[in-house]
Amino acid sequence: MSLLRRRKVPENEIQSDVEPTVDAEEDYKKSKKRIKEGKKQKWSCIDSCCWFVGCICCVWWILLFLYNAMPASFPQYVTEAITGPLPDPPGVKLRKEGLKAKHPVVFIPGIVTCGLELWEGHQCAEGLFRKRLWGGTFGEVYKRPLCWVDHMTLDNETGMDPPGIRVRPVSGLVAADYFAPGYFVWAVLIANLARIGYEEKSMYMAAYDWRLSFQNTEVRDQTLSRIKSNIELMVATSGKKAVIVPHSMGVVYFLHFMKWVEAPAPMGGGGGPDWCAKHIKAVMNIGGPLLGVPKSIAGLFSAEARDIAVARALAPGVLDTDLFHFQTLEHLMKMSRTWDATMSMIPRGGETIWGDLDWSPEEGYSPCKSKSRDDAAQISGHHENQTPESKAKYYRYGRMISFGKDAAEAHPSDLKRIDFRDAVKGSSIGNNTCDVWNEYQEMGVSGAKAVEEYKVYTAGEIVDLLYFVAPKMMARGSAHFSYGIADDLDDPKYSHYKYWSNPLETKLPNAPDMEIYSMYGVGIETERAYVYKRTPTAGCNIPFQIDCSADEEDEDSCLKAGVYTADGDETVPALSAGFMCAKGWRGKTRFNPSGVKTYIREYYHAPPANLLEGRGTQSGAHVDIMGNFALIEDIMRVAAGGTSEDLGGDRVYSDIFKWSEKINLRL
Amino acid sequence: MGFFHFLKAEVSRVFQVNLSAIFNYIDCKVRIFGSILQFLEPVKSCSYESTKPHVDKNQENAVSAYEEVSKKPKYKKIKRQQLKEWRCIDNCFWIIGYLCTTWWLLLFLCNFLPGVKVPISPGSRLKNEGLNAHHPVVLVPGIVTGGLELWEGKPCSQGLFRKRLWGFSFAEIFKRPLCWLEHLSLDNETGLDPPGIRVRAVAGLVAADYFAPGYFVWAILIENLAKIGYEQKNMYMASYDWRLSFQNTEIRDQSLSRLKRKIELLYVTNGYKKVVVVPHSMGVTYFLHFLKWVEASPPVGGGGGPGWCAKHIKAIMNIGPAFLGVPKAVANILSAEGKDVAFIRAMAPGLLDSETFGFQTLQHVMRVFRTWDSVVSLLPKGGETIWGDLNRSPEEENVCYSAKNKYLRSFSKENDGNNTDPRRSIQVKELVKYGRLISFGKTASEIPSSQLSFVDPKKFVHEYAPVSSTSCEELLTEYDEMSRENIKRVTENKTYTARTLIHLLRFVAPKAMQRAEAHFSHGLAENLEDPKYSHYKYWSNPLETMLPDAPEMEIFCSYGVGMPTERSYVYKMSPSDRCKSIPLQIDTSADGSHNGCLSGGVYFVDGDDSVPVLSAGFMCAKGWRGKTRFNPSGIASYVREYQHKPPSSLLEGRGTESGTHVDILGNFALIEDVLRVAAGASGTELGGDRIYSGIIEMSEQIDIQL
Repeated sequence: MSLLRRRKVPENEIQSDVEPTVDAEEDYKKSKKRIKEGKKQKWSCIDSCCWFVGCICCVWWILLFLYNAMPASFPQYVTEAITGPLPDPPGVKLRKEGLKAKHPVVFIPGIVTCGLELWEGHQCAEGLFRKRLWGGTFGEVYKRPLCWVDHMTLDNETGMDPPGIRVRPVSGLVAADYFAPGYFVWAVLIANLARIGYEEKSMYMAAYDWRLSFQNTEVRDQTLSRIKSNIELMVATSGKKAVIVPHSMGVVYFLHFMKWVEAPAPMGGGGGPDWCAKHIKAVMNIGGPLLGVPKSIAGLFSAEARDIAVARALAPGVLDTDLFHFQTLEHLMKMSRTWDATMSMIPRGGETIWGDLDWSPEEGYSPCKSKSRDDAAQISGHHENQTPESKAKYYRYGRMISFGKDAAEAHPSDLKRIDFRDAVKGSSIGNNTCDVWNEYQEMGVSGAKAVEEYKVYTAGEIVDLLYFVAPKMMARGSAHFSYGIADDLDDPKYSHYKYWSNPLETKLPNAPDMEIYSMYGVGIETERAYVYKRTPTAGCNIPFQIDCSADEEDEDSCLKAGVYTADGDETVPALSAGFMCAKGWRGKTRFNPSGVKTYIREYYHAPPANLLEGRGTQSGAHVDIMGNFALIEDIMRVAAGGTSEDLGGDRVYSDIFKWSEKINLRL
Repeated sequence: MGFFHFLKAEVSRVFQVNLSAIFNYIDCKVRIFGSILQFLEPVKSCSYESTKPHVDKNQENAVSAYEEVSKKPKYKKIKRQQLKEWRCIDNCFWIIGYLCTTWWLLLFLCNFLPGVKVPISPGSRLKNEGLNAHHPVVLVPGIVTGGLELWEGKPCSQGLFRKRLWGFSFAEIFKRPLCWLEHLSLDNETGLDPPGIRVRAVAGLVAADYFAPGYFVWAILIENLAKIGYEQKNMYMASYDWRLSFQNTEIRDQSLSRLKRKIELLYVTNGYKKVVVVPHSMGVTYFLHFLKWVEASPPVGGGGGPGWCAKHIKAIMNIGPAFLGVPKAVANILSAEGKDVAFIRAMAPGLLDSETFGFQTLQHVMRVFRTWDSVVSLLPKGGETIWGDLNRSPEEENVCYSAKNKYLRSFSKENDGNNTDPRRSIQVKELVKYGRLISFGKTASEIPSSQLSFVDPKKFVHEYAPVSSTSCEELLTEYDEMSRENIKRVTENKTYTARTLIHLLRFVAPKAMQRAEAHFSHGLAENLEDPKYSHYKYWSNPLETMLPDAPEMEIFCSYGVGMPTERSYVYKMSPSDRCKSIPLQIDTSADGSHNGCLSGGVYFVDGDDSVPVLSAGFMCAKGWRGKTRFNPSGIASYVREYQHKPPSSLLEGRGTESGTHVDILGNFALIEDVLRVAAGASGTELGGDRIYSGIIEMSEQIDIQL
């Protein structure tokens, strides 16, 4: 009935339209009143709502229509009107120069950026078959968070699928061209390559399940075999060697692949000792964490990073409370600890590389004040002139985790450390009401205390620490990864696959014609060491968190909210990305017996000039660098047949050579 | 800034036109609506919606007394006021908002309704039976169903990089139709990319899982395979550019090499288990081509050696196979129309031919079609031996039933077993001369052959049209180059059989046929040992190749039956003599008087809506049965037919028992067969042949040397 009544309005109105009644001016207000009274009686607010909804819909449609009718070049037109003409994208520029597709290109995406889809799931995941669980819109995270966590988690014992769940990487270029709608990863590079003639048959996205340890991707999905077969196919059909472009963790993954493919079956791919020499022209590592990422420690240790620490500083309590009846961080930690791949990012090379209590290669570094790109370009290579001594502190980056700011700064002789390794882990607190299980509960309060009392951890001790706090995870991981430096590379033990992804424990393949590039962004503060504290509350929570109160008043300080930062691309420190190419593999060394040529290409970060530019064409950030025009141009030149001479050899803005000098590594 | 002005003017113009039209429409609706409601419930009191509810409180009190008195007389005045408040636009908003809200509510409710009871999917059922993924599966999509995306284009295609031109929403057709057609057509000379345009097949399972949103092709099969354990590592979609001729897919994209490498990889990584191949529609002949290619020696072939197929392939489960061609393709090349287009023309004559849109749809479509070599691969193969001559045809005893009869027939057949002859009971009055694939005029399709007049096809001479075509500014199709007299001479030949048809096509589409006949052959081999048959143009014709030497391999012909399928056409000269029009069209006025086989100018036989039973089943039923010259190693072949049953209700979507050409990929019985074979079953374990149509009888009538 109510429906009918509501619809009467227009009809009445029309009726009135038909009847010509003369209206007096003085009645106007009264009539208005009447209207209101009438509304009180019959007209609910539903009608207003309808009117409102209709209004919004109409406006929306009109805007949509206008948007669709807008010519495609319009945004560009506006941008150019504001910022002046944009430079040609590298694809267009190089096409004019006459470059053509020559070598097939293989992309190897990094951790996190590659999409995962569901192939088999539990009841709660109904309707998600072949839908993306990771990547895309992440809509399911909000709709059914627990179900999502359940499906993304791997088995805690084996590091493989839990029973009844199959989550698999998306295949093809779509796997990692966009991470989320509008957030490009490889798309810009792909589009530019297409301009000079690349297409599906000459480009291949080697998508893999980035949660698994590298060898397990072969065991479960035969991913390494597929990559091998695809590279062979592309080389056979085009007659040219392949150019490999790995990004982030893909760099380590491809290192593993190069060892795997030449190793004899069944552990390896059985390609024979000259497979790489025959099939690979160049490996162009983008932002490669060859020696690990300090961020991963914070991730594994307390499931947080600088961004989370900042969030906590701004709104303390949100993340820790049971407000949502859902312990976000704990769930995240439980999930991410089942991902073996995260352990491939733990810093490698111990104190030799990352520094000890008193020393670190980057000490004396004070980049936090060099803000402008021009400055940096001028001083590139001559950083010594900058006289940092005046102001810069000698941060002890070697102390990757310190408990309390004092411990981070104290002189080594003042540190009182009590060894945690033999500490008795307290029995469970007896509070079994926690809905999320994590290994910290087994450790108990006394264990946590012991960890705190050791005060300071260097890169080598971090591994021990992780063994202590997460024994199961590390037991799994130690079968797949190793973090040391080899004394004698000819030791037969190094033929085991767990050493293949560590550049300090493997030799490069025998391929003297191959070229290895290390391309990464610099000029952004990158997490390097952490100040931790023990959380005040006991119970279900993670007992440690970054001490965000540890701050320095100084604007240019490298210590912010409990995190020491060094130069890098926001995720990977320049040291990790550049050291192997700057020193470890330079010339003929024991890690590079055949003398594969290595080059360093650094890209100084310049933030986008305005919002219209999106994520910028000169960015040096870890993922955004994939849209950096200079980097894209370099890759395209190599893909079109160029060599390092065409690129101009090394291109260095940071102090990477100076730091490498300081590292005392036998070559 | 000139651009801005232009934009502004343009937008405001469009906007005004649109809005005024919409408002007029809605206004009209509102009136009707109002009057109806008034009729239902006479107005007693009125209620209003105020757009400005902020009336002064004091005022309200002051006037309330007065109001009480003058309620009735003021009534109309108020309404008048209301008019000022309630402008048209508010009404619109209200209506739209109301509709939207109701729609959302319904949608919301719909989500909470218990789902329709769907029969348990074969995947879950077989999983409970204990079936597991065993053999890797390769899916080979057919023509049209595979997606195509843009890799390089003309300026008009800006922003479409790596977007689908073919498949999914087809939104670009409406936005920029000419641009779209330009990018989809191939070069008329080479049959490859035109300069500056690269359109490539989408790769991966997404290439053909859904053709358009919600319109599944392979998705249901994939989902069921996944239920028993399949995933990307043991399932592969061999997508290829279906516009190209088969050998050109290798030349341009190395598609055949990729397929070979993928099969080898699947074989190795899955523990040396042979591959089950599931081709659909044209994918069937594509894979036949692959079988020959892979064993041939390079550079023409893949160099896999003579044992490759035996080593890598367990079974080929052809779905809706177009082995011997499709009559539909003839109509396509002749006049770019099919049953559906002819039907539209009958319903709304003039719509397609007129220049209402300033765009001659059919002509453009035809021009694009004719650059696609693959269409030619679908022309009927085997000539009069297979498809019948002027007087007889293998299907001539076929009786066209109404839908009801068909169902009853299948029903009775299922019950009684195979020994009752369903055709016995029905009186056959007159045999349809299906052999006459194209007839000009209905009478020509029916009269005895002695009364037919013939012109030697060699006399078809190209005389380039003199005056008439000069008025056409732009030549769209090859028809524009021909004089009308020439075309008239073609029609004097009244009827064409599968053999003479080729001459006709060569005449009306000389370029397309010349290009494509370098890649395809439609004959019937006399002597398969003849060395000329090692040329790749014979590889996709099952009547001119031998199957590979792989005695353990199995070939299944799975297809739907029980749908009327186009078999031959009645044509006429199109009445209009304008330039740029296609001179031939299907004579929609020709309707069957007797048993309904002829309707709208098209003769129908049994089939799956696209492929006649004869084309789909003959090779498995006779040509390859046992050891024949086409099948020297004696590969086992099985015919699996699926009787079409339309979905019982709308909620069922496209049905789980459908037998139509594409929908059969969602047929549960077929899916179960594929799953069983993939899990290791052999043809005999499936139950051997499963036949509803008269394919065996038809095949027996075909006199072919085996």
